[in-house]
Amino acid sequence: MDTPSSAFGSRASERAMRIWTLVVLAFIYLPMVAVVLASLSKIRFFMFPIKSWSLEWYGSVLGSIEIRDYLWTSVLIAALVTIISVLLAIAGALAFARYDWKGRTLYQKLILLPIFFPQAVLGLAILLWSSAWDIAPGWELAVFAHLVWIVPVVTLVISIQVYGFDPAVEEAAFDLGASRWQVFKEITLPILWPGIFSGALFAFLLSWGNFPLSTFTTGAEQTIPEWLYAKMVAGYTPQVPALGTLTTLLAGVLLLGGYWLGTRRRKQ
Amino acid sequence: MNAPVPSSVSRSEARGPGEKGSALPVRDRGLKALAGWARQPGFLLSLPALAVFIAGFVGPLALVVIYAVMPARSFGVEHLPTLENFVTIFQDSYYLSFAWSIGLALASTVILMLICWPVAYGLSRVFRRSMILTLLLVLPLFVSENVRLFGWVLTLLNHGILDGSLRTLFGWEVPDLLYNVPVTILGMVYVYLPFMLFPMALGVSMIPEACREAAFDMGATRWQVFREVEIPLAMPGILIGALLTFVLVLGSISEAKILGGQSVIMIAHDIETAFTYAQNWPLGSALSTLLILLTGVLVIGLLSKLNLDKLLSRK
Repeated sequence: MDTPSSAFGSRASERAMRIWTLVVLAFIYLPMVAVVLASLSKIRFFMFPIKSWSLEWYGSVLGSIEIRDYLWTSVLIAALVTIISVLLAIAGALAFARYDWKGRTLYQKLILLPIFFPQAVLGLAILLWSSAWDIAPGWELAVFAHLVWIVPVVTLVISIQVYGFDPAVEEAAFDLGASRWQVFKEITLPILWPGIFSGALFAFLLSWGNFPLSTFTTGAEQTIPEWLYAKMVAGYTPQVPALGTLTTLLAGVLLLGGYWLGTRRRKQ
Repeated sequence: MNAPVPSSVSRSEARGPGEKGSALPVRDRGLKALAGWARQPGFLLSLPALAVFIAGFVGPLALVVIYAVMPARSFGVEHLPTLENFVTIFQDSYYLSFAWSIGLALASTVILMLICWPVAYGLSRVFRRSMILTLLLVLPLFVSENVRLFGWVLTLLNHGILDGSLRTLFGWEVPDLLYNVPVTILGMVYVYLPFMLFPMALGVSMIPEACREAAFDMGATRWQVFREVEIPLAMPGILIGALLTFVLVLGSISEAKILGGQSVIMIAHDIETAFTYAQNWPLGSALSTLLILLTGVLVIGLLSKLNLDKLLSRK
């Protein structure tokens, strides 16, 4: 950096900042590395240093029909949550940041409340609520519970994009005789696309990794995080770290792939 | 609030309540104003998200509050209201898990503020918003917290990563590290780090470079700039991060269960037990109600003071 200010923000403090950030990254990734190591150990109970390495646990995870069922439930829930939350959040974000309307500032705050609430307690409250309506828990209820939390997150993500968007562009299209739908399809949607894309990515990944809402709402069905927790508490096998590693890898690949697609789009 | 949001869109809908020149009776005018208000495009667009909010957040929490005043162990709401559950809470020392939860939430929040400030600062200034760094810091949010906490178990276990390495390298034996209060706090700090970091980075990005320079030019020391320029300007972000971590730790379960081995019982754990094993919905609801009140006061107190337009639309 060669802005004049960096002379004041001394090089020493910048270096300290870099080192500290590396320490924090190590802190974040140390336990994840531990999970990967445990998945590669042949013996059933983890001992470090690892004496014999093996990939057999990955084989048994990929071969397990039981796990395939949980995988399907997780993907189904995450996919539905992604589609529904993005649709609701596009409208919600336009209401949040695009239009000036009476009641908007109140709406902005109300809609964020579920983010500021402990999920486990929310999950239990939704379970109680569904039993009052005679709705049995299952993956459908889990989709609903995830939406309560994820719609506000996605609304926020898309809103940030909406703030950077000049409504004059829309007006110009109206003046040129475009219909409301045409304007939305040809102008609004393409401009908001990066926000929608990151919103969708967030929705899928947050639903995919969610435990506290799923555990109280899926009933007899199970998602991957639920299965991992159940096995962690009772009946541990190295399938737990193996599957944990696979889900982490999937999240990483989606995140990096999404970022890569995003930058490629921008360059075009 | 003076929102920087352009109020353009089709002018026909911009007409709101209180139109001039209508000779209608008062009641009809009121209805017309209401209809005009309800036709605002922003309001219509907010409806789907609001519907989810009401059906999935307001409804369930309201039901919890109603259940809280039902007699113990009842499974319906058609009883006379009573406060017996709240009496039970104070007699059966449930307040202890409340006190622990609040204490641990405070401790984690303070620790996270200290850990995150340099990273947040670097993220929005020194590292030039490095995308790779951001991605690395975001990724843990998408990995189930159970998996990550389990990673700590594997790290701190006897013959785990830490113990095993020190044993082989230096022949040291590490005492038992798991299942106590400090390691519970470690788990909380670990899981909720992104919730402090990103709002804080948003706050730091709101400090105009010109303000810092001006302060330095006028002879302020590094510490003075930090205390009197940077902290106050970044305050909205810091407060959001602090509130988010405080509230989420307050209602957390996994850290105390997986890492803490229940050396501390969190309030959310008591709530879960009451709802599930004990089958005492009213007691669980009464405990939840106290939690709802506490978080509600804090969250609404802060949100009502924030200008979200200003916070989110910064360039």
